[in-house]
Amino acid sequence: MTTSLNPASSADADAVTAAAALALGDDALVLSHRLGEWAGHAPVLEEEVALANIALDLLGQARVLLSLVGDEDELAYLREERAFRNVQLVEQPNGDFAHTIARQLYFSTYQRLLYGRLAETDGPLAGLAAKAVKEVAYHQDHAEQWTVRLGDGTAESHDRMQQGCDALWRHTGEMFQPVDGIDIDWPEIEASWTASVTAVLERATLAVPEGPRTGAWSAGAGRQGLHTEPFGRMLAEMQHLHRSHPGASW
Amino acid sequence: MATAAAHQAARTQAAHATSDATGTAPGQAPGTAAYQTAFDTAVAAEERIEPRDWMPDAYRATLVRQIAQHAHSEIIGMQPEANWITRAPSLRRKAILMAKVQDEAGHGLYLYSAAETLGTGRDELLDKLHSGRQKYSSIFNYPTLTWADVGAIGWLVDGAAITNQVPLCRCSYGPYARAMVRICKEESFHQRQGYELLLALSRGTEAQHAMAQDAVDRWWWPSLMMFGPPDDESSHSAQSMEWKIKRHSNDELRQRFVDICVPQAESLGLTLPDPDLVWNEERGHHDFGAIDWTEFWEVLKGNGPCNEQRITQRRQAHDEGAWVREAAATHAAKHSEAKHAEAQDSGANGKATA
Ligand SMILES: [Fe+2]
Ligand SMILES: [Fe+2]
Repeated sequence: MTTSLNPASSADADAVTAAAALALGDDALVLSHRLGEWAGHAPVLEEEVALANIALDLLGQARVLLSLVGDEDELAYLREERAFRNVQLVEQPNGDFAHTIARQLYFSTYQRLLYGRLAETDGPLAGLAAKAVKEVAYHQDHAEQWTVRLGDGTAESHDRMQQGCDALWRHTGEMFQPVDGIDIDWPEIEASWTASVTAVLERATLAVPEGPRTGAWSAGAGRQGLHTEPFGRMLAEMQHLHRSHPGASW
Repeated sequence: MATAAAHQAARTQAAHATSDATGTAPGQAPGTAAYQTAFDTAVAAEERIEPRDWMPDAYRATLVRQIAQHAHSEIIGMQPEANWITRAPSLRRKAILMAKVQDEAGHGLYLYSAAETLGTGRDELLDKLHSGRQKYSSIFNYPTLTWADVGAIGWLVDGAAITNQVPLCRCSYGPYARAMVRICKEESFHQRQGYELLLALSRGTEAQHAMAQDAVDRWWWPSLMMFGPPDDESSHSAQSMEWKIKRHSNDELRQRFVDICVPQAESLGLTLPDPDLVWNEERGHHDFGAIDWTEFWEVLKGNGPCNEQRITQRRQAHDEGAWVREAAATHAAKHSEAKHAEAQDSGANGKATA
């Protein structure tokens, strides 16, 4: 099994970087997988292309990040649920298209801010972040456009979009828990995120959700390896074939 | 080149004459015979027919039917492969597979656009697919049971598609021919990736090798059926050849495909499931066993293993997406109305102040 990556056990800078890469890599890997589930089910052909595009960008980011930590396939396919470090938001099931778009809006806004700030540092992840932020800008634009279209579309699409935003709100606080090895101003990111998402929701004639975003369960603890029930089933599907042929190469 | 330009001018004039004729002086339009001659000459001279050119109704109808069936095959064809995206056994393979399925969606888009240039929109064609009035390639009515099926589809199904489609790059209808140039490039990429996937399995563990062989055993015969019924039973071929929509007969293309696959199967270390497959020195081709045409017609009629499943998933995706498309249309209409109103407002203000 993979080496322990708990940065608290080591002051080694490489280990800290690895833990950070693992957190961001798992975010990208898991969200890419969820988006991949849309293939063949999208509401319109153009979205088959767009969602696959985003999934592919995220998978590309995940592979670079995980490769900084170890073997990408060992990490993706041979870790248990409790060893994944992604935020709970990205593992949430797709739901309807509005639900998926709400997840995209929340996450891509976060990821763009995070990578944008990370790119300005001189840390080891800066180069990767600088490249990824361009891709993520497109993801955010896609999510914002659909949020506005659906929010300010028909009565039905408005309701669905509102429901998606409300349901996922409780998983948004977790994104702003500082990640060791990423030396940026986390409260500033959270403030920018809130301002950006609020502006989009207003443009979409949607209400900014009011539920809690922090606290024992609403904030989640994915970064500590505590995940939600659907995640285990997702991993079971994702890892099954690889685990069925130990040591095989593909 | 000069003649090409002259023909182009003549055909475009003919097309304009038609539209003038309907509006103003019906009696003075040159007869259909003149357009037909211009069309025939252009086709004979290997020129491309373009959307604004006059063309016989039957030519248009044949193209719409063929392009639609092709487009439907691209989007239904996403399903058997998407079936494995969430279980792909390595991240590299997962990326390749996702990109491939995305390419097929893109092919669907190009082809629906090509059909649109003939006056038939995507909605109408999807409607015909969903109601069973138009078909897609029967190959996609077979299931992908193991990971090796992803490789077998790439190698054999994309391979057969290329053999069928390369001649279409010279099809007499311009937009279709151009779409095919783009599509064929990507299909040959898919074919190589499928081959490479199978090679990795074939050279892998015993279980992986067996998985690869089993997939080839199941996909070989259906792939040969992709070229359509034998020449003596093919209903549309002669006219399509004359129109230069089709260039080679079903049996010619099938033979070409078999000849390409035999050495590739050898390099893969896999066998093709046909005891009668043998090189015929005299013909300079491989002889191969009899195809089970009963199975072909049964699957075509709707009795294949996945006909129901594929069309149900397609309809379901479409129906469940209806509210999304409606929302997008409503939003766009609101937006353009708002813009329009704004423009009128500022116009009125302009007058008032002037
Ligand atoms: Fe294709
Ligand atoms: Fe293909």
